[in-house]
Amino acid sequence: MSHEVVEKNIGLMVVLIVLVISVAGLVQIVPLFFLTSTTQPIEGMEPRSALELEGRDIYIREGCYTCHSQMIRPFRAETERYGHFSVAGESVWDHPFQWGSKRTGPDLARVGGRYSDDWHRLHLIDPRAVVPESNMPAYAFLERREINADLTPRKMRAQQRLGVPYTDEQIAAASDEVRGKTEMDALIAYLQGLGTVLAHW
Amino acid sequence: MNEHDMSTFWHWWVVVLTLANIAGIYWLILWTSKKRPGEAAEGAETGHSWDGLTEYNNPLPRWWLWMFYITILFALVYLVLYPGLGRYAGILGWHSGNELNLADSQYIREQQRAEERYQPIFAAMADRDISSLARDFDALTTGRRLYLNYCATCHGSDARGASGFPNLANGIWQWGGSAEEIRHSIVHGRQAAMPGLAAALGDEGVEQVAHYVLQLSGRDDANSALASEGESKYNMFCSGCHGAEGKGMAMLGAPDLTANTWLYGGSLGAIKKTIAEGRAGVMPAFGELLGEERAHVLSAYVYSLDRQ
Repeated sequence: MSHEVVEKNIGLMVVLIVLVISVAGLVQIVPLFFLTSTTQPIEGMEPRSALELEGRDIYIREGCYTCHSQMIRPFRAETERYGHFSVAGESVWDHPFQWGSKRTGPDLARVGGRYSDDWHRLHLIDPRAVVPESNMPAYAFLERREINADLTPRKMRAQQRLGVPYTDEQIAAASDEVRGKTEMDALIAYLQGLGTVLAHW
Repeated sequence: MNEHDMSTFWHWWVVVLTLANIAGIYWLILWTSKKRPGEAAEGAETGHSWDGLTEYNNPLPRWWLWMFYITILFALVYLVLYPGLGRYAGILGWHSGNELNLADSQYIREQQRAEERYQPIFAAMADRDISSLARDFDALTTGRRLYLNYCATCHGSDARGASGFPNLANGIWQWGGSAEEIRHSIVHGRQAAMPGLAAALGDEGVEQVAHYVLQLSGRDDANSALASEGESKYNMFCSGCHGAEGKGMAMLGAPDLTANTWLYGGSLGAIKKTIAEGRAGVMPAFGELLGEERAHVLSAYVYSLDRQ
């Protein structure tokens, strides 16, 4: 066989290219689907409440992940500022996870409970009102938009199919839990729940 | 032995695929540079022609080929020294640290080094009382760094607060400004609870009490007729926490209303809103995050803010 055979047979070339580029994934990604540390939730973890799940959708919709990571690395400089480093078991129910890769703003993996609800509200309406140096955009409009409560059970059902252990009762009660709440309420609920299970700092 | 939750199957999966991949790359580079029968001589034209462009049969550049071999060698040396092949820990025993395996990890060593270096400094500071620490330049420098990290988000980098978040530099302390009270606020947090009085007072009552509160602060925008109407209502609903003279009560976090300093804004509208709807300011507890000693140093910094 010579080079020419590969160059002149596009089907064979496709097969060989796929083979070559899958090696890294097969070695680095596939085994993670079978490790307990990457597939089991950490002790004490509960699935997000309906309101938190809606908040998470706002977080994704607004692209918060483009400026905020949710991944505290095991370096002292990070754990001093943010708390215990992130572990894989904390993200097993996140579809998709929100680790992010860029920090224009601070990491949010353990922002839950760090500030009051009021702080979050003021900060999201006008970040400069509480942090004059901030360059975060304002999200005041979230206060004026209501959550569509009819969609919440369907979102939870989808999460359930992906392996999040929501009970049918939780799904049935979801609409009432979020009805009348604003997107602001949901986003704050989501933020206040982040990283609170693994609290040994 | 490194603790690991990787099964034997996946261990060998990683080992075999990784090593086979490296071997495969080595074979590929040898195979492609092999001379073939019927090939043009080195440096001669291959006979291929694309729109008049021809190609020489030149070998791969030597420097490039060597780089290739060096990366292969690097990979092998790396895999011997560091963890990379499944459960194999590498002869250096280095690991970054994760939830399964913290002992002797890079993270833990980094923490220990810092602990050895900084712990005696914090311990020495923690032995001194806050008021004397608040005059110590080193302690204040350290305290300021802690402040910027943990407190500035709400109280501002200049400690002058924001609407809803107390100014720490003006000498007015909602929860008390003694060293012990400041430390308590930091370690255990605070939860204020001003109830909304709209139902009890009605619109008119809210207006009257608001003017009385303005008068307590000596403001000339207080309407004295409304204020005198408001006084009895103030005494009934407000004096329990804010005191008969409006001086507040640090134990309950009830602000002094005579200082003309307003946590939620001092306009008539803002004061009316506070009276009608109530306020529930929260200072989160930082004791767990900071630990006793850091909280002590931070308290000294906060204590120093209005005493410079």
